[in-house]
Amino acid sequence: METYTLIVLTLAATIRVATPLLLAAIAGMFSERSGVVDLGLEGKMLGAAFAAAAVSAATGSAWAGLGAGIAAAVLLALLLAFATVSQRGNQVVAAMAINIMVAGLGPTLALAWFNLGGQTPQLDGPGQRFTSLVWPWASTAAEHPFPGLLYAQLLSGHNLIVYAAAALVPASAWVLFRTRFGLRLRAVGENPHAVDTAGISVTGLRYQAILISGVLCGVAGTYLSTAASAGFTRDMTAGKGYLALAALIFGKWKPYPTLFACLLFAFTDALASRLQGVALPLVGVIPVQAILALPYVLTVLLLAGFVGKATAPAAIGVPYAKEK
Amino acid sequence: MKLPRFVSILVAPVVLSTAVFAADFAPAIIYDMGGKFDKSFNQSASDGTVRFKKETGIEVREFEVTNAAQREQAMTRFAQRGSQVIVAIGFSQASAVEAAAKKFPNVKFAIIDGTVNLPNVQSINFREQESSFLCGMAAALASKTGKVGFVGGMDIPLIRKFAQGYTDGAKFVNPQAEVFQNMTGTTAAAWNDPTKGGELAKGQIGRGADVIFHASGNTGGGVMQAAKDAGKLSIGCDANQNYLHPGSVLTSAVKRVDIAVYQTIMDAKNGTWKGGPVVLGLAEDGVGYSLDEHNRTLITPAMEATLATAKADIISGKLKVAEYKVP
Repeated sequence: METYTLIVLTLAATIRVATPLLLAAIAGMFSERSGVVDLGLEGKMLGAAFAAAAVSAATGSAWAGLGAGIAAAVLLALLLAFATVSQRGNQVVAAMAINIMVAGLGPTLALAWFNLGGQTPQLDGPGQRFTSLVWPWASTAAEHPFPGLLYAQLLSGHNLIVYAAAALVPASAWVLFRTRFGLRLRAVGENPHAVDTAGISVTGLRYQAILISGVLCGVAGTYLSTAASAGFTRDMTAGKGYLALAALIFGKWKPYPTLFACLLFAFTDALASRLQGVALPLVGVIPVQAILALPYVLTVLLLAGFVGKATAPAAIGVPYAKEK
Repeated sequence: MKLPRFVSILVAPVVLSTAVFAADFAPAIIYDMGGKFDKSFNQSASDGTVRFKKETGIEVREFEVTNAAQREQAMTRFAQRGSQVIVAIGFSQASAVEAAAKKFPNVKFAIIDGTVNLPNVQSINFREQESSFLCGMAAALASKTGKVGFVGGMDIPLIRKFAQGYTDGAKFVNPQAEVFQNMTGTTAAAWNDPTKGGELAKGQIGRGADVIFHASGNTGGGVMQAAKDAGKLSIGCDANQNYLHPGSVLTSAVKRVDIAVYQTIMDAKNGTWKGGPVVLGLAEDGVGYSLDEHNRTLITPAMEATLATAKADIISGKLKVAEYKVP
């Protein structure tokens, strides 16, 4: 019985941890499918996390925070697009520059505005955060382990962004594989010359893809600072942008496999939080260090051994030049 | 032939600047990774410098490290700029203090939560197990489920000391009490990861814990937020954190880093400073649990009486609190 509860709670935590990963990975999918490497996920998320927390603290509205988070990430995305698409700069270098810039800029601005040592004030006023939505009858249902607890913990009790992220997977699959825009987007990542010959603007498509990526990163960052925690702290993305990129590659740049990869990474993370000090059958209590290393070990193993052949979009990382 | 000249060029400005500033008392403090405003350990140290400044009008030089390599650099720079006493906050600065103290034998160093065996270093440590023991008692007394939680920051002996004192205290009140114990990580980043802290707390709450004690610096913000969101109680650490979520923070295991910092700087100013180990516990009022208007309603008179008796017994030695030993 207790094991069952533990499993359900771990799965519920998996959903919470997977949300920002999934949003960022899908963001990266749009950008990379158009042929632009998106190492800047981390920086865009961090920038959005800061802007969302700062605006939410100032205005008292989580929705205003969400708007600011998206705006900040889109601005950073535009900067990236200008450097890499218009000016044909190196995509990796430009993205890393943005990551490093944001890592310093966020705490600096926070220090200047709030004087709290590079953090934003704690968001605990009503409406300053996206709090969990409790579905009807969830507390009554929780008393019945099966299927009540599943309903109460897995379906109910998450915030709005989690549900939005879940809806994003079929939506992005539809856009990418069932619409004209999606077809062109994929084409521009495989063979931009062909797209150009067909009379469609490569630059325009790549800008659109990067903007979509910016919007989604904005939501992911907002989730981190105003839903998962209450305020911005230094380096709060903690490498989630890079992990999202790994999930994207593991998911072979496809929405559903990427969802699976994000859930898997999140599950190992949630498991690591809960396995500490718990005696397992046969092996007993595993040292904390071994458990904390588990997500990373699993990531390396999966990426090295089980991912199979992951074929990146052919034109990825190559700035497009007409005259070539 | 070349080398001595090179050295003298390097040393000359140092000697000069020390001579210039020797008249002014310029204490310095170096915070650790959690940052000056972690509302916990480092902030408590900062409070000590604020008090010193208020009473004497003397500015305290400050530095917040953001990576390990900066520690020794910062100490060296403060020493070169003529600081007579340099306080390093946190166990992870021990090796940097040792190196800097050897380089500048005339500068007084103090380290909080660490031990460096040099004549010009004061090693200030606390008996955290005593305050943790009392907080464990408070947790078990306040818990309705008989299950309480502990979230540590980085997995180091110091934090194990908190964990063990807390567990022993909870079991002292209720031998059947169940204590869930989690560490956030094994690197310094574990002091600054509120998201993970919140996740760990949610996990413990899911398993039935209704009081959660954190000893994790800035990470604790997430722990306390998660407890408040779920309508449970939390216990703060190092600084008095009762005010963060009034009515949801049962108490705080305070560690008077502020007094230690204030005292060592003041002693250095008055010429009464001595190197060597200093250990502060309940008897010296160096540790304790906090009671103020924010948690007045949470601590019942009966609980207060039990805690007061235990405190007196620990001070008198009647009640022995075991100290965590590195296996």
